[in-house]
Formats: sequence, structure tokens, C-alpha cells
Amino acid sequence: MSNLLEIRNLEAYYGPVMAIRGVSMEIPEGQVVSLLGANGAGKTTVLKTISGAMVPQKGTVSYQGRLITGRDPDWVARQGIAHVPEGREVFPFLSVDENLKMGAFSRRDREINADLERVYDYFPILKSFTKSQAVNLSGGQQQMLAIGRALMLRPTLMILDEPSLGLSPLLVQEISEIIKRLNAEEGLTVLLVEQNAKMALDLGDYGYVMEVGRIVMEDSCARLKEATDIQEFYLGMKDQGVRGRRRWKQRKTWR
Amino acid sequence: MEIIQLLISGVSQGCVYGLIALGFVLIYKATEMVNFAQGDVMMLGAYVAITFTSIWGWPYYWAVPATLLVMAGVGILLERLLFRPMIGEPHFAVLMLTIGLGFVLRALAGAIWGSEPRALQMPYVGDVLRMGEVVVGYENLAIIAGTALLCLLMWLFFRFTTVGLAMQAASQNQLAAFYVGIPVKRIFMLVWALSAVIAAIAGILTAPVSLVDPLIGFVGIKAFAAAIVGGFGSMPGAILGGLLVGIVEQLAGLYLPPGFADMSAYVLLLVMLVIRPQGLFATMQKKKV
Repeated sequence: MSNLLEIRNLEAYYGPVMAIRGVSMEIPEGQVVSLLGANGAGKTTVLKTISGAMVPQKGTVSYQGRLITGRDPDWVARQGIAHVPEGREVFPFLSVDENLKMGAFSRRDREINADLERVYDYFPILKSFTKSQAVNLSGGQQQMLAIGRALMLRPTLMILDEPSLGLSPLLVQEISEIIKRLNAEEGLTVLLVEQNAKMALDLGDYGYVMEVGRIVMEDSCARLKEATDIQEFYLGMKDQGVRGRRRWKQRKTWR
Repeated sequence: MEIIQLLISGVSQGCVYGLIALGFVLIYKATEMVNFAQGDVMMLGAYVAITFTSIWGWPYYWAVPATLLVMAGVGILLERLLFRPMIGEPHFAVLMLTIGLGFVLRALAGAIWGSEPRALQMPYVGDVLRMGEVVVGYENLAIIAGTALLCLLMWLFFRFTTVGLAMQAASQNQLAAFYVGIPVKRIFMLVWALSAVIAAIAGILTAPVSLVDPLIGFVGIKAFAAAIVGGFGSMPGAILGGLLVGIVEQLAGLYLPPGFADMSAYVLLLVMLVIRPQGLFATMQKKKV
């Protein structure tokens, strides 16, 4: 299996602050890769560097064997990388229909309408709001709209930044199902960033764990789920110490 | 009858304000820059049209599309050379740049075309339409009809074309526009071209009514007031604000002592800011950063 996306020794700064410190990742074609980490670990920055919204100081991003570092984000999108940013970035005053059509902006083929139907098929709830402005949708619906809009690009790789953010457990479940379906039915490769570690590990084939700008752990998600560190820090399983209480003092860190 | 007469000339003057205001709003909505040289771009458009008709002797109906084409080029040039490098710079820096650009354009126009007023030769100039006691010059009718037509075209453009939608999308959420593959930089270039074309249309329409000299761009300040009255950021608001300013100005000219007419736009602006600071059409409610 070949790698769709390869990241090598990426370093990026926000002003003087080093946000990612030498990150390398591989995303094999057809897989779901999860990226875990706490707030401020640099996950979103990695995504931004992939999609071109940020230019890294060092390191390379290559997609389908081609270097894409430092290209404009709209160019990267047209190569087939759809980025669904954190916090449902829809076009608030366009209708749902128009939002989805904007997702196909770069396409000139005749199958756009068919794809529109396909998106409504995945997200039937959007169908009842086609003409209403996106700003009037609920948070979950906006998240679905953002994912649907990304699908309209017919992407090869979809980058999802915290799709579960601020959603009810039921909706998180629903979104997970859809991501699973997209991966299975459409062969879509997914890079999933999540704080909801359970969702990320359930969905993912392979997982990376980031802390303070570095990858500190990587393994198949099945094995990550078994790792005690992950269970303790991300899945919140109680670590029963000898005296039966949590060892707050002895928290581990990779720093 | 007098009042109807006044209203008509108020509306026609207001249309010109509205068109310039539209240019302000377009650029502001897309790029969050306020182009204080918008009035001077209008002046430039009028001079380009005069060059084609009076100086080079082209027929009027050829000169107009040629002018619009040239001005679209000017808009693109301004964006590429001056304003694209300013993306992300502080607002006041952009502001100073546009004010400076206004000075440069005025000086340039003075150097090329001289400072004495010139007239734009227009086929219909001087003819009047009589409706009972009301007499309307064709040049005023042309302003009103031209503005109405332009508004219709703009509405169709923004409502139904992909590029128009993409302009809205890029203005509503720049990041998301990038991520769906909209070439945002090229869209910004188009916005500048469009606003220069609209300014040129305003210039061509107003040139037969008020003679053209390098300083006519100062109506841009009144148009700026009109844009704020309309709720900076709303396109129908810009036109409506323009009309309001035009009409109030005419009425003030009739009923108030001399000098009030020129002030009235700003008085209207102050009143508006006190009673409805968000403007007639509040579209600024929230803009994601």
C-alpha cells in the first residue's frame, strides 16, 4: 500500500513560538489515520501546513509523490485534499444548496448534480434545509454541511479537524458512522484530528499522538487503545493504584 | 410640481452617490479595506471616456465599453500593485495608501487633462422629457435608468453566477473559501475590477450633468457617508443610502439657507449614527474572523 501523503520533519512557528517541532507522518491510501493530542499540541497547525494555510519553516509535505509545501491553499484543495476546518466554517449567508455548490467550485464536469444528491443521501437532514441560510442551521447540521461541502470536491484525502467539537454524543455517533461509510464505500482516505480519543481510536486504522509539537507515539489504533498511557490520559480510564486511588502526582509526560 | 422636480434630480444625483458607495461596499465586503480613492477612480473613468469621445473622436457607444474595459484593467492593476501586498497590514496603513492614491490620481489627471472642466459629449445631452410641468433632462434619466439596470445585473450576477457566489463566499468566510478551492486572490482581483468598472459607470453617467475636472472625485466623501447610512457592507443599502443622501441634499437646497445642501449628507450621517448606528441594512451583525 502506497502513501498518499507524507510529512517529513515539519517545523512551523507562530511568530517566535514553535508550534510543531519536527513532525513526520505517513498516510497510506484508503486508510483512516487519527491524530490525537491535547489542546495546543499542534494538531491543527499540522493540518494547516498540509493544506497550505501555513508555510512551514522546515520540512516537506508530499502528496501523491509530489511536493506541495508552500502552495496556496486553494491550489492544494484543487489537487484533491479537502480540509474541513475546526468549528464548522460554512458560508453563513449562502443557502445550504449554494454552500454545497461552492464545494464543487473548481470542478467543471457534469456530475456535480449527481454528487449533490449523493451528499443529501449521506446527510438526509440537510435536504430539508436546501434553501435556508447556513447560519440558521444547528451546530451539528453545520458540521454536516461542512463535511458535505468538502465531499463536493470529490477529494482523495479528507482532513477533518475536530468534527465532534461541541456536538451531542448522538451526533458524534452519527458523524463517526458517516466517516466510516465514506472510507469504506468511497475509498476516501481520512486524516482525523480529534480530542475525542475514543471516537478517533474507534475510527482510525493507524494513530499518532502529539504532545507539545512532537509526535510522541504512533501505532495501529487497536494497539494504541491497549496502551496504558493512552488509556490513562486520553480515554480517562481510572488507573487503580495500589491503594485504589488515582496517582495524580505521578502523571506521566513525554516532555 | 416643484417637489417632484426636486425629487427626480435628487434621485439622479443620489444614484451617482449610490454607485460610488457600491464600489466602497464591494471592496470592503471582500477584502475589509476601505478604498478612499473610489471617487477618484470615478473621476479617472470619466476622463478616460472623455479621451475616447472628445479627444480621439470615437463614437459614444464604442467609447463606453472601451472605457469600462480600461477601468477594469486599472482596477486589476491597483489590486496587484498596491493592495495585494497590503493584505494583513493594519487598517490605517491601507487607509493612508488609498488616501495617497487619491492624491496621485488627482495630480495625474491634472497633468494629463488639465484642470479646467471638460464636458463629455453624449448623444442625448440637452434633450428633455416633459411630463406635465415636470421637465427631466435625458442625462438625468440616463443616470436613473443606468443605475437601475446595473443594480439588476449585479443582483443577477451575485445571485445566479458561480463567480458571483464565490465572491460572496470569499467575503463571508475567507478561510473556508480557500479550503474549497476558490482562488481567493483572483476573486479579490475581480472585485477590484468590478468596483472600478462601477465607478467608471458612475463617472460616465454623471459627466454630462456635472462637468469633469480633477476634483470631482471628492463626491466620494458624500458617497462614503451614503455607504455608512446604508449600513456599510450591504449593497442594496449602498444604493438606498445614496438615494437618501441625494434627495435630502436637494430638499435642503430648497428649504434651508444656502450652504446647508453641502452639509446635509453629513448631518444625515450623524442622525443615522445616533438613531440606527448599524445603518439601514444591518449585515454586519457578525463576521467571523
